[in-house]
Amino acid sequence: MKSSDLLLLMPEIILAVGAMVALMVGVFTKGVLSARLTLTVSLAVMVLALVALWSSGQNQLVLDPFNGLLRLDGFGLYVKSLCLIGGAMALLMGWQWLERESLGRFEIPVLVVIAILGMWLMADAHNLLSLYVGLELQSLCLFVLAAINRDHRESSEAGLKYFLLGALSSGLLLYGASLIYGATGSLGFTEIAAAVKGMGAASLSLGLLMGMVLVISGLAFKISAVPFHMWTPDVYQGSPTPVTGFFAVAPKVAAMAPLVRLLVGPFAEMQESWQQIIILMAVASMVLGAFAAITQNSIKRLLAYSSIANMGYGLIGLAVGTVDGIAGLLLYLSIYAVMTVGAFGVILLLRRGGTSLDRLSDLAGLSKHHPKTAFALAVFMFSMAGIPPLAGFFGKYFIFLSAIDAGFYVLAVVGVLSSVVAAYYYLRIVKIIYFDEARSSFEAPGRIQSWVVGVAVVLIVGYFLLPNGLINQTRAAAAPLFKTEAE
Amino acid sequence: MILATIAFYFFAAICVASAVLVVTLRNPVHSVLFLILAFFNAAGLFVLLGAEFIAMTLVVVYVGAVAVLFLFVVMMLNIDKVGMKEGFQKYLPIGGIVCAILLAELILAGFGIRAAAGEAAGAASGAVVPPASTLTNTEQLGMVLYTDYFILFQSAGMILLVAMIGAITLTLRHHPRVKRQNVGDQVARDSKSTVRLVKVKSGEGVKP
Repeated sequence: MKSSDLLLLMPEIILAVGAMVALMVGVFTKGVLSARLTLTVSLAVMVLALVALWSSGQNQLVLDPFNGLLRLDGFGLYVKSLCLIGGAMALLMGWQWLERESLGRFEIPVLVVIAILGMWLMADAHNLLSLYVGLELQSLCLFVLAAINRDHRESSEAGLKYFLLGALSSGLLLYGASLIYGATGSLGFTEIAAAVKGMGAASLSLGLLMGMVLVISGLAFKISAVPFHMWTPDVYQGSPTPVTGFFAVAPKVAAMAPLVRLLVGPFAEMQESWQQIIILMAVASMVLGAFAAITQNSIKRLLAYSSIANMGYGLIGLAVGTVDGIAGLLLYLSIYAVMTVGAFGVILLLRRGGTSLDRLSDLAGLSKHHPKTAFALAVFMFSMAGIPPLAGFFGKYFIFLSAIDAGFYVLAVVGVLSSVVAAYYYLRIVKIIYFDEARSSFEAPGRIQSWVVGVAVVLIVGYFLLPNGLINQTRAAAAPLFKTEAE
Repeated sequence: MILATIAFYFFAAICVASAVLVVTLRNPVHSVLFLILAFFNAAGLFVLLGAEFIAMTLVVVYVGAVAVLFLFVVMMLNIDKVGMKEGFQKYLPIGGIVCAILLAELILAGFGIRAAAGEAAGAASGAVVPPASTLTNTEQLGMVLYTDYFILFQSAGMILLVAMIGAITLTLRHHPRVKRQNVGDQVARDSKSTVRLVKVKSGEGVKP
């Protein structure tokens, strides 16, 4: 380790130290304002870390500090920015809801900041050890956040379920890592890549294959791809809604990053072996996500299945495994993050008589009482369904395009068909908002939530004016993954 | 060499015997005590292998923390001693089969390792051989832990912090009725603020 390596890690250090400062602020201030002060400090820390990240010039070069434990490149920068912005938005717009439910505890912002630190470690991991440590850091925060409403039976259930299954998936990942270590003699991605290349695609050792499958399973659990999705609906429904919004955005993006890094990096030579696994997961996620969501009555469960389906579409980009595929995946994840943050923002706004609403039928008559909010939700639903000029259409378009370019016609056809099925339940929500008979009125929406939702609507609607900016960004982010492989 | 062999069989025999007692004894507290004995003997086996760091970790973590935790749980819960043994007959066949398979695997693996060792002695293979060094493995671990794996060491510290925050967040409850001791207040108390001199007029008594 060189001491100059620490300078490269400045954004992470800011997050870690900032989280501890926020914790101290929360512990040593008393009264009602304590939690709000902690929230302000945490948000300031996140902004500071983001500025440090963007001014670090990480997208210009590829570095392996700390003896190759981490890899700093444009891909990491993109994923890290997405995690941080998504997490900060979920926290910011959820705060009022948490306070109204008297859940505004100062630990929540601190845990969110530390969770984002763990996600950053995952996004930069270039060694199975650092991947595991980052994963544990973020999941431990998420377990606590899921159970934060501890007097509530369902929240405790969500936390316990998530904890047990998360421990299981970590065990799978660790077992896979130990098998890979046994087969290649190293945990570093660079060394594993060299060992795999030395073996040759024809004579792969069984231990290596088993290890790779187990590591993929462990990570697939975190992105909740079918068949590792069972926990998702229950955890999403049981957790407090702002926490669910956070779960739906940041951890998924963060867990996708090491999966991409592993599969197109060290295991690039074994593409034939992992491609079939990813294709199967993609198809199963898309189909199950589309069909299982139809019968749901709870909004949060519906969005859980929707997120499973969306991860399936993202996995198409990974299965293709080209620069275009990975760029499509990043683009898809970015648009998905904006839509999800917006949709959860609208759900947070829906309160009646001091309680939050979770039934689909509760949405009836939203257009009469809050026409702007209703319009926003309609935009998000149309976008998720992939209706053209909205951003969701472009996300799906580029994913399918990359699949067709690489000759995966079946995958593209299944994707289009399942998105037709999914359009049914997205449009059903629009129908409920605009055409069903209204019951009573809703509580007035909060200002911050309205702002976040408004920005999300502008991004989704206005995306088609300047589509190339984001596409070029994602291309630039995906390129370093393939550059180092060629060396 | 013969001493090491004697020590191995000594530790191994006590380890297996106490492990059997852990599952067969009626009193759960005795079971936990034999579990501790089994851990100590396993630590002895690790010392024989030259892995003194793992041996010490085993004693510190398992004997020091986990077994004491078990003892606490066993003493605090009112465990039904008879009920625990009820399913013994029912589960014996399945348990026996699992045991037999594990035993067979261990024996086969033992022969496999012996055969592999014979081969490796003949042809110097590319297996990873630890560098001959005078440092103990505790020192060697310390040297990589705080240099090469520094960043992971720090991250593990963050994980411990989260574990602490989580445990406190999910379990600490402030009950308004619970009276807490405040040492600062107690020390700061003096006679002026607490003792009051009252002149009592005869026949009237003291008004509180």
